[in-house]
Amino acid sequence: MTDFAANDRPMPVYQSDAFARRLRRRYAAERRFRLYGIAAIGVALGMLAILLGSIVSKGYTAFWQHDVVLEINFDPQEIDPAGTRDPAVLGGANYQALAREALRERFPEVDSRSDRRALNDLLSVGAAYELRSMVLENPDLIGTRQAVRLPLSDDADQLLKGNIRREVGQTERRVDDRQIGWIDALEADGAVVSGFNWRLMANGDSREPELAGIYAAAIGSALTLMITLAMAVPIGVSAAVYLEEFAPKNRWTDLIEVNINNLAAVPSIVFGLLGLAVFLNLFGLPRSAPVVGGIVLALMSLPTIIITTRAALKAVPPSIREAALGIGASRLQVVGHHVLPLAMPGVLTGTIIAMAQALGETAPLLMIGMVAFIVDIPGGFTDAATVLPVTIFMWADSPERAFVERTSAAIMVLLAFLIAMNALAIILRKKFERRW
Amino acid sequence: MAVQTQMQSSRPGASEPAASRAGLKMDARDVKVFYGSKQALRGIDLSVGECQVTALIGPSGCGKSTFLRCLNRMNDTIENCRVEGLITLDGQDVYDRSIDVVQLRARVGMVFQKPNPFPKSIYDNVSYGPRIHGLAAGRDEMDEVVQKSLQRAGLWNEVKDRLREPGTGLSGGQQQRLCIARAIAVSPEVILMDEPCSALDPIATAHIEELIDELRENYTIVIVTHNMQQAARVSQRTAFFHLGEMVEVGDTEEIFTNPRDERTQGYITGRYG
Repeated sequence: MTDFAANDRPMPVYQSDAFARRLRRRYAAERRFRLYGIAAIGVALGMLAILLGSIVSKGYTAFWQHDVVLEINFDPQEIDPAGTRDPAVLGGANYQALAREALRERFPEVDSRSDRRALNDLLSVGAAYELRSMVLENPDLIGTRQAVRLPLSDDADQLLKGNIRREVGQTERRVDDRQIGWIDALEADGAVVSGFNWRLMANGDSREPELAGIYAAAIGSALTLMITLAMAVPIGVSAAVYLEEFAPKNRWTDLIEVNINNLAAVPSIVFGLLGLAVFLNLFGLPRSAPVVGGIVLALMSLPTIIITTRAALKAVPPSIREAALGIGASRLQVVGHHVLPLAMPGVLTGTIIAMAQALGETAPLLMIGMVAFIVDIPGGFTDAATVLPVTIFMWADSPERAFVERTSAAIMVLLAFLIAMNALAIILRKKFERRW
Repeated sequence: MAVQTQMQSSRPGASEPAASRAGLKMDARDVKVFYGSKQALRGIDLSVGECQVTALIGPSGCGKSTFLRCLNRMNDTIENCRVEGLITLDGQDVYDRSIDVVQLRARVGMVFQKPNPFPKSIYDNVSYGPRIHGLAAGRDEMDEVVQKSLQRAGLWNEVKDRLREPGTGLSGGQQQRLCIARAIAVSPEVILMDEPCSALDPIATAHIEELIDELRENYTIVIVTHNMQQAARVSQRTAFFHLGEMVEVGDTEEIFTNPRDERTQGYITGRYG
């Protein structure tokens, strides 16, 4: 219609004002879009910073703790009157009395019954356990006087950390004025020392915050994850390889695929109910045991592993399969020699992400009894145990002020594990990544 | 659609010249291939002479690659693909139940359009086939097989000092020769080549063409190509495919100088395709 051959008039469209306006609008839209993106990332990073900041600022104080150094008189009359050095006798002695005796020696002016009780409350009940294990380890201590470092009670520790405010009325705080006076006196004497909180790392759970630790929970988590890994990876990878490389594509495999994708979205507590109904009630497996927790978490992580493995297998170029088939490799050889090794980085990433998810899972474990208060460090897969996130859950539920900081500290330890696992996933992926 | 039905109704005899000079290596009789309900090949009759290069030419989508992939049953791996008719290798039906498809593919090797070396070392690429088929006992024998294969593929001098380096690090033409070396390492009888030069520059293409000419002494070769000059240069016999049918087959010289069918003539003179 228009005569393009006519070159006596200029190109009208690209030099018109309307076109310039359109161009400006396009640039503006692009700039806006970029700003939205930066804003979104900023908000996301801000949220993360708030989360981490609140956890760290609440929790970092839990990594050190105040102890008191007392001159303990290992009185033979109290510990081993008959002098038999029999471990049963040594273990049964009243070490609490020794510790309290030492404290009273420091404050001879305290004599009323209620004052003495208040003074005794400054010491942790753990002081007695620590003296007992010292003596059992080295019976030669009996009859000597030693300066021993003993844990203060959580309230005393909190006061020293500044978490209990002195200016409020004494009825509104956990430490009364007498106790504050004694603590200040001890501190002025240099008897109060602070150091890294080894008890948090080396102990099992406890009702006393100053003695509670995450070691048992970490071991429980490790045992549980071992079972999960041993079950979920072989089953998940085999299922993915079969579905991706061997299974015919028909209505049945479609149905299976849809169901696997749905399972990945099932709330984890449902897996816990399944574990309760099937593994505990039907098979009679032990309650609170890592073996059951591991199986339940394996069921939960199977869909993740299958989906990521299938995606990794799909990403291997078909030309590699054809090349191997073309020189007479069987389908199993094609998968075993070429496809699976090439898909390995993806499989590893999926596995580690699934494991990290399992490590942080709480809900299904509540259902199978891993929420029980368990002090002992589990020695095997069928011992009663608990895991890190459940410990966090229980500590967060505890009323003591000292558990607030310990909850945050346990979260920090859990996050450290998760970051380490994700870093491992990245390193493995980089290491095994191949180009074709 | 109309064109297609018309073609079908006017299906020519497409019979081959009575006797090819060479002995018969592979033979296809009335081969039909279906992808689901879609028919890709409409009854192909073609014989492949021993130690000859047979070229399959034709416009895109005419079924030449499909036919090629029937010869070593690579189509088995495609869902919904159904093959009818008879294909024989030395008189034996390759679709027979008693045929082991793995062994068949060792006897009828394949080189693909895009060079596809394994992401492993050059040595491992070539030795993979002999290893899985147990063709070499011990390291020395394997070294010899690898060297001989690379020499035959004309790649030895270029890679002999870096056999442990990844095969994917070679240039495109070298990669394709590596794939040929990999294919001949298992001592196949027939080598199928699916547009082996389409991803290569003219120099690398010339290299591969020379190689094909040399390989003809020991191997039967079937090559699919879009390049008519290439077909004319390397092949002894040429078959022209069009819309799932084989229109014409004959000595290469005759097809290119004196085609009997006007569709063949139209294609080789570049009127369509």
